[in-house]
Amino acid sequence: MEALDAYEQAGSDASYIAGGQSLVPALALRLQAPDVLIDIAHIPDLRGIELKGNWLRIGALTRHAEVLAHPLIRQHAPLYSDAAPHVAHPAIRNKGTLGGSIAHADPASEFPAMTLALGAELEIANRNGTRRVAADAFFVDLFQTAIEPGELLVAIHVPVVNANHRWAFHELARRRGDYALVGCGILADVIDGAIAQIRIVFFSVGNTPVRAAKAEHALIGRVIDADAIAAAQAAVIHDLDPPEDENVPPAMRRQLARVVLGRLLGDIARQAP
Amino acid sequence: MTAITALDRPNSYIGRSVPRPNAKRLLAGRGRYVTDIVLPRMLHGAYVRSPYAHARIVAINADEARAAPGVRLVAIGEDLAKLCTPWVGTMDHFKGMKSPPQLPLPIDKVVWAGQAVVAVVADTRALAEDAAELVAIEFDELPAVVDIDAARGPDAPVISPELGSNLCFHGKIDTGGVEDVFAGAAHVVEEEFLFGRHTAVTMEPRAIIADYDASEPKLTVHHATQTPYQFQDIYARHYGIPEACVRVIAPDIGGSFGMKLHMYHEDMAVVGLSIMLERPVKYVADRMESFVSDIHARDHRVRARMAADADGNILAMDVEDVTGIGAFSAYPRTSVVEGNQVYRLMGAPYTFKNYRADLQVVFQNKVQMSQYRAVGHPVACTVTERLVDMIAAKTSRDVFDIRSGNLIPDDAYPCASPTGYKFESLSHHACLAKIRALMDYDGLRAEQAALRKQGIHRGIGIASFVEITNPSPAFYGVGGVRISSQDGAIIKITPSGDVRCLISITELGQGTETIVGQIVAEHLGVDRERIKVITGDTETTPHGGATYACRGAGIGGETALQAAKKLKANVLAVAAAILQDEPDRLDMEAGWIVDAASRQQRIELAEIARIAYFRSDTLPPGTQSQLSVAHHYAPEGYPFAFTNGVQACHLELDVETGFVKLLKMWVVEDCGRVINPLLVDEQIRGGVVQGLGAAFFEECTYGDSGQLTNGSLAD
Ligand SMILES: Cc1cc2nc3c(=O)[nH]c(=O)nc-3n(C[C@H](O)[C@H](O)[C@H](O)COP(=O)(O)OP(=O)(O)OC[C@H]3O[C@@H](n4cnc5c(N)ncnc54)[C@H](O)[C@@H]3O)c2cc1C
Repeated sequence: MEALDAYEQAGSDASYIAGGQSLVPALALRLQAPDVLIDIAHIPDLRGIELKGNWLRIGALTRHAEVLAHPLIRQHAPLYSDAAPHVAHPAIRNKGTLGGSIAHADPASEFPAMTLALGAELEIANRNGTRRVAADAFFVDLFQTAIEPGELLVAIHVPVVNANHRWAFHELARRRGDYALVGCGILADVIDGAIAQIRIVFFSVGNTPVRAAKAEHALIGRVIDADAIAAAQAAVIHDLDPPEDENVPPAMRRQLARVVLGRLLGDIARQAP
Repeated sequence: MTAITALDRPNSYIGRSVPRPNAKRLLAGRGRYVTDIVLPRMLHGAYVRSPYAHARIVAINADEARAAPGVRLVAIGEDLAKLCTPWVGTMDHFKGMKSPPQLPLPIDKVVWAGQAVVAVVADTRALAEDAAELVAIEFDELPAVVDIDAARGPDAPVISPELGSNLCFHGKIDTGGVEDVFAGAAHVVEEEFLFGRHTAVTMEPRAIIADYDASEPKLTVHHATQTPYQFQDIYARHYGIPEACVRVIAPDIGGSFGMKLHMYHEDMAVVGLSIMLERPVKYVADRMESFVSDIHARDHRVRARMAADADGNILAMDVEDVTGIGAFSAYPRTSVVEGNQVYRLMGAPYTFKNYRADLQVVFQNKVQMSQYRAVGHPVACTVTERLVDMIAAKTSRDVFDIRSGNLIPDDAYPCASPTGYKFESLSHHACLAKIRALMDYDGLRAEQAALRKQGIHRGIGIASFVEITNPSPAFYGVGGVRISSQDGAIIKITPSGDVRCLISITELGQGTETIVGQIVAEHLGVDRERIKVITGDTETTPHGGATYACRGAGIGGETALQAAKKLKANVLAVAAAILQDEPDRLDMEAGWIVDAASRQQRIELAEIARIAYFRSDTLPPGTQSQLSVAHHYAPEGYPFAFTNGVQACHLELDVETGFVKLLKMWVVEDCGRVINPLLVDEQIRGGVVQGLGAAFFEECTYGDSGQLTNGSLAD
């Protein structure tokens, strides 16, 4: 791909720019000052949304506004659709891209967390070809992913939801469009009324989107009733290690996470079998 | 069918919700803000700012910056001090008030983090910013004065040693008898209140272009400000340029809220930079710079007590306010006004007689603090109303009931507050009754009780307030500050019978030009579309105070009204000469001179104008038509026009998360005669939203070393 060659030529001081909704503010604040910007917004390979068997392929350049409205995403990767109204504001959603949000990997962002909750795989290209990385291995640290310098995120592949799946999304933000204080998305596989598999992912609680493994474990094999919810809430406290923050101390984030988890599990329990 | 009212007459605009004529232009993207203005040979300024809240400037090395691409000038404090005389932000009637002299850029010391130290002027803003990064400043950090108590401590470092202490002003009010009343009162409530710093965050940031032309000489400043005349005066005096040669133009303004009427160091420097370069220089504060250089407001710690008898009748208040204002008092309006209004508006809606208050205004190493929308009111209102609610709780009285028992009766005016404010006519009880009905208070209380049983927590709050508006010369003028309390208008009839009105109040997006057009159109009996209102240019409009403290309608509107009446008399005099009639038997309506009694059309205004301008030879001898008038007006008598109102709030609290959901707000405000209900609604809505922001979301927070810790909208 031409863009990969351009990066190679520019040396290390280049940056890809997609929607520019994270990069341009960073440039304006002089937090980043790359010599070369490589505009990837018009690469056809990075576009398009299509169903391929049991996988939905979403091109990295898909705008937030398209995520919000696209029927295939609503049907097959509904956590993205549920999260999209909470991502920024319409003007930003018209420019910002799903790939950009995932590559940027802001721990307070909705889409990276939903990528993890959906169990997606990320298709990454370099000059030697492409590879697919599972979301569980993709988010490495603060603003750090499996994408190596010079590599491009091409597409997001989402295993489509089926009739057994239940899901729910909620976030607590002080104003709509603000980054959340705590947010969470859940995808559960419910067989015969009991949880067969579940992915519970929090955002805004650490350096990366965080899977709540202990809470998930507390729910496997159980019917979601008041006891199960209480058990998951008790466990989730130990899943999270929120950063020190003067305005939102860790104890407050844990409390908010507990409340959000309880409400989301309640939603899932109420969804028709 | 509804009955015909005065509003159904032609050209009856006062009291009507007419839209703003400039709204369409701004929506169409045809606004012309300072940032839109590009002048030939224009350069751009950027500043190197202090990373320290308090430090000595040891050395500045700008060689690399001077050699950088596109750089035309790098200027430091000494360079500008040669051109600009220092300014001091004090007012005479704040007895004992002190403030150090200020210069555009500091010479030996920085006093807040973010203070501009070095100016870089280049061909573009980007080049200027690139070069600014190359300036090396060596600082010797000094202990920062951050906390208001530490600032007054015996060992506190003194920011301006020549002043002897960090106390800018100490004010006291005492009616006497307060101790005795408190000692004998059945109930005493007491609370400490902390009000964080706020800042305006206007959509359009501060922006200025200074254009000095040495050939005349002449200084033209395109300035995003609400008060061009005040800045004309300041630039003329501090740069030694005759006032007549200084022109300040305020084009479209994207919000101001009081923030754009203070002297900012960067802005003063830009004038000097243009003088040094003899070229136009533009400077626009970016959002980060706005946070560390626009004035902040509030920053008060209030300790207050209220005494009441056994029935909940309020007897006295005792208040101590300490407020931190930055390292000096702002110029030219000072940084004491807010504290002054806090301790004088305290308790203002109520009848009690005994009041004591102590105000300390303290220097600290932070951004300067000064007037911002609703100066002092949120502080005074919060403290008073909270204490009133506490008395209500102690005496088991309902929040409405306690207020109707204590608010000044509607028939008690004129009267004065214990703090010395003179009220001409207020209407607390009428407002209270109205809001109670509007919100269905009893219904809400019943609903609240029912929902509480289901675990739903709803809250209902009310607050009465008095608002200080329309200052007379008794304020700035008597204080020795060259800020006009009068305004001026020039109105003329054009040869086609259209009207142009040049007026000294300014348009900041709130609709000044709209209401002036309404007033003039109604009184001259012409269509609003035929009136052009011109504001914001000292070269063309008469001198005046411009727009602040709600004076646009109150003083500017009255000026326009009187000017229109004067012009109407002139028009009717000419018409009478032409029609061989008496002026007082004629009137103006729908672009015609009409018979005052029958409303029959006699002659078109355009025809009068045509004859007056082109065929004066056909007029009776000795008729000299005066189809332009100039008129000035300043308020007399009461030093301020006080208004009042009450607000109510209904909200739901999520007790698991602490999140608050606002359900509804009600506002009843007695603002006098409403000129344009639409604009009044906009003002109230905007004010409520701004207030909610202040109550729930906003605060400029500082770290221990005096760094602003949330200086961007992303924090
Ligand atoms: C006011 C405001 C509010 C916002 N609120 C929210 C919010 O509530 N929630 C939220 O999640 N986000 C929010 N955002 C961020 C927004 O969602 C961004 O659009 C998104 O994070 C980045 O997408 P982009 O296409 O704009 O990426 P860019 O800004 O163009 O790029 C961001 C980074 O990702 C890299 N990159 C982009 N695309 C690729 C790719 N295909 N492969 C490899 N690297 C790539 C770039 O090199 C850059 O380093 C907000 C932004 C703004 C300005």
